[in-house]
Amino acid sequence: MSVTAFLTDSTLCIGCKACEVACKEWNHVSEDGYDWSGYSYDNTSALGASTWRHVKFIEETPVPGLGGNASEQTSWGFSSDVCKHCEVAGCLEACPTGAIVRTEFGGVFIQPDVCNGCAYCVVACPFGVVAKNHGDGRAFKCTFCYDRQKVGLAPACATTCPTESIKFGEISQLRGEAQQRIQVLRQRGLEDATLYDATHTSVGGIHAMFIVRGDVRAYNLPPNPEVPTRYLKKGWMSAAIAAGLLLGGTVLAFLTQPATDAR
Amino acid sequence: MPGLGTSLGRGGATTAQQDLSNADAILIMGSSMAENHPVGFQWVIEAREKGAKIIHVDPRFTRTSAMADIWVPLRAGSDILFLGALIHYVIENNREFRDYVVNYTNAPMILREDFRDTEDLDGLFSGWDGEKKKYDPESWLYRGSPVKAGDDDNKPGHAESSGGHGKDRGGEAQDAGKYQEDRTLQHPRCVFQVLRRHFSRYTPEIVERFCGVSEDVFLKVAEVFTSASGKEKTGAICYAVGWTQHSKGVQIIRTAAILQLLLGNIGRPGGGILALRGHASIQGSTDIPTLYDILPGYLPMPSSEADSKKLTGYIGKHSSRTGLWSGFEKYFVSLMKAYYGEAATRANDWGFDWLPRITGDHSHFGYWLDMADGQLEGLFVMGQNPAVGASNGRLQRAAMAQLKWLVVRDMVETETASFWYDSPEVKRGELSPYTIGTEVFLFPAAGSAEKAGTFTNTQRLLQYRNQAVDPPGDARSEAWFMYHLGRRLKKKAAQDFRSRNHGLRALTWDYPVHGKHDEPQVEDVLKEINGYAVRDGKQLKHIKDLKEDGSTACGAWIYCGVYPEEKRNRANERHPNDLLGHGWGFAWPNDCRILYNRASARPDGTPWSERKKLVWWDEEKKEWTGLDNADYEKHVPPDRPAKVHDGHGTEALGGARPFTLHPDGVGWIWVPSGLKDGPLPAHYEPLESLIKNPLYAQQDNPAVNKRARSDNRYANSPGDPRYPYILSTYRLTEHHTAGGMTRTLSHLAELQPELFIEVSPEFSSEVGLRHGEYATVTTPRSTIEARVMVTPRMRPLQIDGRVIHQVGLPYHWGYRGQVTGDVVNDLLVISEEPNVRIMETKALLCDVRPGRRPSGAQAIEKPLTKERLT
Repeated sequence: MSVTAFLTDSTLCIGCKACEVACKEWNHVSEDGYDWSGYSYDNTSALGASTWRHVKFIEETPVPGLGGNASEQTSWGFSSDVCKHCEVAGCLEACPTGAIVRTEFGGVFIQPDVCNGCAYCVVACPFGVVAKNHGDGRAFKCTFCYDRQKVGLAPACATTCPTESIKFGEISQLRGEAQQRIQVLRQRGLEDATLYDATHTSVGGIHAMFIVRGDVRAYNLPPNPEVPTRYLKKGWMSAAIAAGLLLGGTVLAFLTQPATDAR
Repeated sequence: MPGLGTSLGRGGATTAQQDLSNADAILIMGSSMAENHPVGFQWVIEAREKGAKIIHVDPRFTRTSAMADIWVPLRAGSDILFLGALIHYVIENNREFRDYVVNYTNAPMILREDFRDTEDLDGLFSGWDGEKKKYDPESWLYRGSPVKAGDDDNKPGHAESSGGHGKDRGGEAQDAGKYQEDRTLQHPRCVFQVLRRHFSRYTPEIVERFCGVSEDVFLKVAEVFTSASGKEKTGAICYAVGWTQHSKGVQIIRTAAILQLLLGNIGRPGGGILALRGHASIQGSTDIPTLYDILPGYLPMPSSEADSKKLTGYIGKHSSRTGLWSGFEKYFVSLMKAYYGEAATRANDWGFDWLPRITGDHSHFGYWLDMADGQLEGLFVMGQNPAVGASNGRLQRAAMAQLKWLVVRDMVETETASFWYDSPEVKRGELSPYTIGTEVFLFPAAGSAEKAGTFTNTQRLLQYRNQAVDPPGDARSEAWFMYHLGRRLKKKAAQDFRSRNHGLRALTWDYPVHGKHDEPQVEDVLKEINGYAVRDGKQLKHIKDLKEDGSTACGAWIYCGVYPEEKRNRANERHPNDLLGHGWGFAWPNDCRILYNRASARPDGTPWSERKKLVWWDEEKKEWTGLDNADYEKHVPPDRPAKVHDGHGTEALGGARPFTLHPDGVGWIWVPSGLKDGPLPAHYEPLESLIKNPLYAQQDNPAVNKRARSDNRYANSPGDPRYPYILSTYRLTEHHTAGGMTRTLSHLAELQPELFIEVSPEFSSEVGLRHGEYATVTTPRSTIEARVMVTPRMRPLQIDGRVIHQVGLPYHWGYRGQVTGDVVNDLLVISEEPNVRIMETKALLCDVRPGRRPSGAQAIEKPLTKERLT
C-alpha cells in the first residue's frame, strides 16, 4: 500500500471533460443543474458538492499561424481541477465530528455517514474545494476514489483520461516525473511551464499536483495557499494573553480594592 | 467515400489512428478531432510529444487548435483553393517524392488529345452536357484506353439513379490497364503536367485574397507539411465531415489524396489519410451497407436503367481485367450463395433477378422529398433521428406527416417519434395531431451494452462487444427485430406464390436463437459474413479462397478472414501486441492496419529508409513481411514484371504496384473514370456564397442537384443582401450528433445545456449582440434562436478587401430531453453533392439579429425570409 497522488498535466488536456463524467458515474454524483454559464465551454463552473473533477477553460485571443501549443502563447487552456488532498488539510483539522479522515493512501476522505453538516470544513479549505450538498447539507468532495484504490484500481478520472493528462501513481515517483516533464516543456520553448506542488506552504504539500502554463492563479490555484489552522497558535496565544490579562486585572482589582465601609 | 475510393482504391481511412504517432507532421482540416474524436486524438498528442508539428485549418479556433502548433482560420468552403495551393507549392518547388510519384502513381500516364481542362473551359471539364446537367467522361480516359461499351447516358459511374458508394471501390471499371506513359513526367499531356497547369493559378496570393489566410501563414504551413515527405519523413492528413459536407466534398478529399500521393505519404507509417467517421460503425454501415446503392463489400446495387438486366452484363460492367476487381464475379456469386443458399444456382444466375433494382434516387433526401410529396406509405427509422438530425428539419417533419405509418426504434422517445404532438410546427399551429394521419409505432431498442455484435470503426477495425446486461422490459436488439421481422415476412411469403416473393422465400434466414426472447446468435451472422465452403460449411480463411462456381458463400468479401475457423472470432481478440494494435480486433482487409503498404518499400522491395520501414520483401522466405500484414500478394516478388496491358487478374500487376484495386495498380492523381464532377478537383464556391468564384466563370459545382423547391429555398448566390454572413454547423465533445443519446443523460446534458451561437467580438458590435443574451438566426428555410457566445476564438476575415464574418452553431438540441433548444438543422438546405448526394452544412448564408425569435402563431404570420433592415 503506497502513498499516492494525481499529477494533472494541463499541457496534455484537451478539455473533453471525460474525467468529470467518469467521476460522477463512478461515484453516483448527481448533475449540477442545467445552467448555461456563458463562460467559455465551462458549464459546471466550479468544484462543488456535486462536481468533484472540474475542467477549467482559460480563453485568450488566438493568433493565426500559432496554435495553442505554440510556445509563444496559450490560447485556450484546459485543466482538470480536483481536491488537492493537502498534507495539512484545513478541512480535516476543522472537522469537529471526526468525519474527515486521512486514508492509508494519503488522501483526505469525508465519511458521509459521520458528517453532520456543520460546514466548518467548507470555510477551512484554502482551495474552495469542499461544499455543502443542497439537499441534506452534508459536505462532499473528491474521495480520491478510496473504494477503487482499496482494490488496486486507479481513480475513475485518471483511468478515463484519453490523453493521459491526469496521471496517478506513487507520490514521490510522480514528483520525479513532473520535474522531468517541466524540463522537457522548457526545452520545447514553453518557458512558462510550472509545477504546482505547494510543498513550501502551510498546507505542507498536496496529493494533486498540476503542470500549468503562466500564472497559476488563472487555473484557480492560489500561489500561497494557507491552512486556517496555521493561525491557531497565534489565535490561542492571543486568547491566552487576553485571558491572562483579564485574570490579572480581576485579581488586581480585588487586591487593590480599597477598604471601604465595613458597615 | 469515392474521394478516397477513386484515388486509392478503397473508400476507407488508409491508416490506423495509432499510426498517427509515427507522423512528422499532421494536417487536421475539415475536422475538430480533439472535440469529436478525443480518444483517437491521444495519438496526435503522442506525435506532438515526439516532435511532430500539428497544423489545424479551421474557421474556428477549437479544442483541436488549442493543441496544435499552427492554427489557420480560413473562409468556410475555400478548402480546395487552400489545398490546391499546397499542390501548386509542391510542384513549383519540386517538393514531390519523385521516385514514389513515378512508380506508384498515374502521374506519368498520357491523356487524350480531346480532354479540355477547367483552365480552357472556364470552370468546366470537357464532356459537359448543359442540358442533361452531367458529364460524358469519355475524354477523361488515358490515351489508348478502350471505351467500355455502354449506353451513352450510363457510362460506368454515371448512371443517373446510382449514388457514389459503388465507387468507393476505386473508380468504375473502365479498362485503365491500357495506357501510354512518360516516366520523365515531361510530356505536355501527361497527368503530372496537366496537374501543374490545372493548379497554376492556385497561388499563395489567391489564398490570401480568397481564403483569408495571409501569405506568411500559408507559406509556413506549406513548408512544415511538405517537409514531412521523402524517404525519411511522412505526414498524415485527418479529415471528417468538415470536408464531406460540402457541395464538392468528394473533390476536397480528392485534393488531399493528390497532395499525399505527390508527397509519397500513402501506405507508409506516419502517413496516410485518416477519414474520421461521424459515429460508431459508420464505416461498418458502408462496408455492410445501410445504403441503397451498394451491396456488401461495395458491390454496386443493380440499377434498372443501366446494363444490369442480365447477370453477364452486370458482371461485365463491374469487373476489371486486372487488379482485385477482376475477382468481381467471385465476390458477387459468393454473396448470392450467402443470401440464397441452395436456391442460388448457375441456372438461375445465382438469383440475380431476386435482387431489387434501383429505379431512382433513393438516398435519404431522395425518398424524403418523395415522402413530402405523398409518394411513400410507411417508414422504418432506426438509429437515426431525422426530425432534428437532418437538413431542413421543417421539411423532414412535414414529410413524416404525409406517411400512413412510421416505425421508430430507439432507446427513448425521440423527436422523430413525437413530432406529431410536440414539434415546432405543432406549437406554431402549422400541423396538428388532429389532422396528422401518420400512425407512429415506437419500439424500445437495446443500448450498446445490452446486445452483442461488432462495430467497424473509423480505421476499418472490427471490434466485437459482448453483451453486459439484458435490455430492460420490451427493449430488444436490432438483430432480434430484423431477424423476427424477416421470419414473419418469410412465413407470409411461403403462402403467397406471386413472383415478387420468390426471393424472400429463397432467402436463407435460419440463425440459431438463444435466451428467453429468442435472440439470434450474432456470432453466426459474423461467420456467414466471413464466408464458408458450401460443401462442408468450413469457414474461409482468406479472400483468395472465394470461388465463382457457387462452392463458397460469403456475406462480404472484404471481411473474409474475420472468423477464419471455429471458435476464432478475430473481432473479439483483445491482446494488442504492437504499436499498430495487431491482436486487438480485426481490420479489413486481411488485418492490414495500413492500406497499400507495399508502397512503404521501394520498387525493389527494400524499405525507403530504416526510420520509415513497414513492409518489405524477405528474400530468404520469398514473401512480404514486416510490421504489418502486407496489403499485397504475399508471395509475388518485387521484381515480377507487370502485365497490365494484356494480363489478367491480380497477377498482372506484377511486384511493384501497391494500389491493387486499381486496374493499373497505381494511385490515381487523375481519376479517369468514376467521378461525376471531374477527373481533377476544381474550386467552386459553396451553393450559397458571399463572393463570385475568383477562378472561373462557373460559380458552383455544376453537377450538384440543388433540389430547389418552395419548401427548400436557397439564398441568392453570389451575395444576397438578406443573408450577409457565413454559417457553419458543427458538434461539441459533450454531445453526440443531434443529441438523442446525450440530451437524455444528465451527466452530459449539464455540460452543454443550451444552444449557443459563437460570434467574434467584432461581429457582436457590428450587429449589436450581447454575450449571454439571445440572437435570432435566419436562413431561407427557417428561423431559430440561440444564446450569444462572444469569443475571440471566432474572427472576421479579410476577403478580397472586405471584412466577412462567420458564425458557428452546434446542432445538438431539439424539443425533447433533459435540455432542449431550437433545431439548428432547420436552417440547412437539402442539396445533393453529385457523387454521394451529401448536403452542404459547413458553408451557408444566414442573417443574425439580436433578440429572441417570434414564437407560436406569430412565427408563421411573420414571413421566414424578411428583408434585412439597413
